[in-house]
Amino acid sequence: MIKQFKIAVLAAAAVAVSGVATADEFIPAIVFDMGGKFDKSFNEAAYNGAEEFKKSSGIDYLEFEVTQVSQREQALKRMAKKGASVIVAMGFAQASAVEKAAKAYPNTKFTIIDMVVDLPNVQSIVFKEQEGSFLVGMAAALSSKTGKVGFVGGMDIPLIRKFALGYVEGAKYANPKAEVFQNMTGTTPAAWNDPTKGGELARSQFDRGADVVYAAAGGTGIGVYQAAKDAGKLAIGVDSNQNYLHPGVMLTSMTKRVDVAVRETFATAKAGTWKAGIRVLGLKEGGVGYAVDQYNSSVLTKEVIAKLEAARADIISGKIAVTDYMSK
Amino acid sequence: MIEVKSKFGSPAKVPAWVNLALIPLINLAAALFISGIVILIVGDDPIQALEVLFYGAFGYADAIGYTLYYTTNFIFTGLAVAIAFHCGLFNIGAEGQALMGGLGVGLAALYLDFLPSWVVIPIAIATAAAFGAFWAYIPGYLQAKRGSHIVITTIMFNFIAASIMTYLLVEVLIAPGGQSPESREFAELSWLPFFHDFLPMPDTPLNVSFIFALLLSGAFYYFVWRTRWGYEIRVVGQNETAAKYAGISPSRNIILAMALSGALAGFVGVNEVLGVHHRLILDFTGGFGFVGIAVALMGRNHPVGIFIAALLFGALYQGGSELAFEMKTINREMVIVIQGLIILFSGALENMFRPKIESFFKRKKTTTAARA
Repeated sequence: MIKQFKIAVLAAAAVAVSGVATADEFIPAIVFDMGGKFDKSFNEAAYNGAEEFKKSSGIDYLEFEVTQVSQREQALKRMAKKGASVIVAMGFAQASAVEKAAKAYPNTKFTIIDMVVDLPNVQSIVFKEQEGSFLVGMAAALSSKTGKVGFVGGMDIPLIRKFALGYVEGAKYANPKAEVFQNMTGTTPAAWNDPTKGGELARSQFDRGADVVYAAAGGTGIGVYQAAKDAGKLAIGVDSNQNYLHPGVMLTSMTKRVDVAVRETFATAKAGTWKAGIRVLGLKEGGVGYAVDQYNSSVLTKEVIAKLEAARADIISGKIAVTDYMSK
Repeated sequence: MIEVKSKFGSPAKVPAWVNLALIPLINLAAALFISGIVILIVGDDPIQALEVLFYGAFGYADAIGYTLYYTTNFIFTGLAVAIAFHCGLFNIGAEGQALMGGLGVGLAALYLDFLPSWVVIPIAIATAAAFGAFWAYIPGYLQAKRGSHIVITTIMFNFIAASIMTYLLVEVLIAPGGQSPESREFAELSWLPFFHDFLPMPDTPLNVSFIFALLLSGAFYYFVWRTRWGYEIRVVGQNETAAKYAGISPSRNIILAMALSGALAGFVGVNEVLGVHHRLILDFTGGFGFVGIAVALMGRNHPVGIFIAALLFGALYQGGSELAFEMKTINREMVIVIQGLIILFSGALENMFRPKIESFFKRKKTTTAARA
């Protein structure tokens, strides 16, 4: 009798221990998209967010960089199979993969950034890039001497047109007579990483009279900033704060806090407060903005900043309505 | 088989197994050896990496499914490049032709997917072939009638195809209310059956296009070596002047070979769009067209060789992603380095070991002949 009881206790203890072990083990995971985690922009911001989480919590994360379209779904499913607690999918392009993986693994939490997937175990984080672009468009028009400003996009997709539209509206808001030149680098994913062509496009815009250029083009932006530096013009960075790249040349950067989004996703999932659904991060939520630091204090003047702050308040209160290209 | 051997130029009389098996294997071994050194430098264990690569490609049912799914694409593009090679043409445009093939599949499925499966699937396959063939026909025509070099035109047509796809997906075919450049999902009855629908295996992208690819390989052999058309194409490829003298029209055969090449490349669209994604997306070709060149070179432009080379590259793609998963120091750039080394050794450095090996066997043969 006693022996049986002992065995039962042992078994119960074993169950308890193993049960606790699996529940305790928190494995965050992230799947980067084609740009790669060191693109100095969107994916790198996510990487920084994940690294911050790793440093503060001491928990390592699983990661994968996609090179093939079909690898997206494969990677997400592999992560889920490996027991990942929460999986962050970077970029709009992973939407259909997330949809399939989330249906196949309904108990795994998925977070997708830059896109909406409507499933009970998916959290979608989207940014109001148009609001941040509106502000840097204002900054460009206010800092321009010629009244002409440029925009260099990466791949020609709706998301980048959303940046462009906000930028144009901002420039026209600050200076109704402002002229905006727009160019897209390309139509294939290679356009995210073509600094040479980015530089060419920027130079052609300078030749037409532009003296501030905004690049929303991932790695291609590097060439745009270099061209601005060589020509003695101003440039505006994107996604991460890129002011440090060329102090005095970078007017500002349109920051999109992907790093915060990733870090918070991991942290909330760990704390158990992660919720499915749509999170829209705009100026109000601090999800987008423009960067002011020691590197651009010489080019971004106090008067301009004051006007930008006023516009920021007006956008948050709804007094200025910025058009969203997606819902146009 | 004899034709294959003599096809590759050299009048060297070496045993077929040397040409078809030994030389490719030596090239592969050399590539893996250099890759091993690179992995050592990065600070990892090359033997373990090779194990992961192999296990990741063939070790379990999921892996085999993915490997064969990649293989399917490489068979299509490998055959496409090979038929052009037989006509002496270097078709670098398989990538763009595959894109157009996918567009054909997409249009057929989007506008006809109210029809029953047995109607819409054959129509979609036929449009894939037609669109791909059309996209290769133009460069073929320009080469045959105007002398514009096929390498230049096919490369340029890749860009045009990509631009057309982007325009259509961003402006016209994009799913209503959608944000990323994708069409709506096709109705389920127009999907090609997956292998896991009728075989007890886990969910993988492997679908019946694989069987289609094998059937096409057989048809390819029959066409190239057993029909008059194939014969004419090969004659034009080997000696245009002789072909003209024999009354074979080079321009007709150049156009025919290119159209067939484009049709074969277009079938990548069948595998990807109709078989896997079930919607038209932007970058589904993912470089398969370019790797097809390496597959055709390694496979000696013969369907059996192409199958083996396609399987090798399928294994590299699948095993490579497994490597990136399992070993932290090996990232995707490392995987590309390994794949690149294999392409380099089997394609560009093809003739590095060949002369030595061939002369070794020729010497052996002459000495035995002299003794006899």
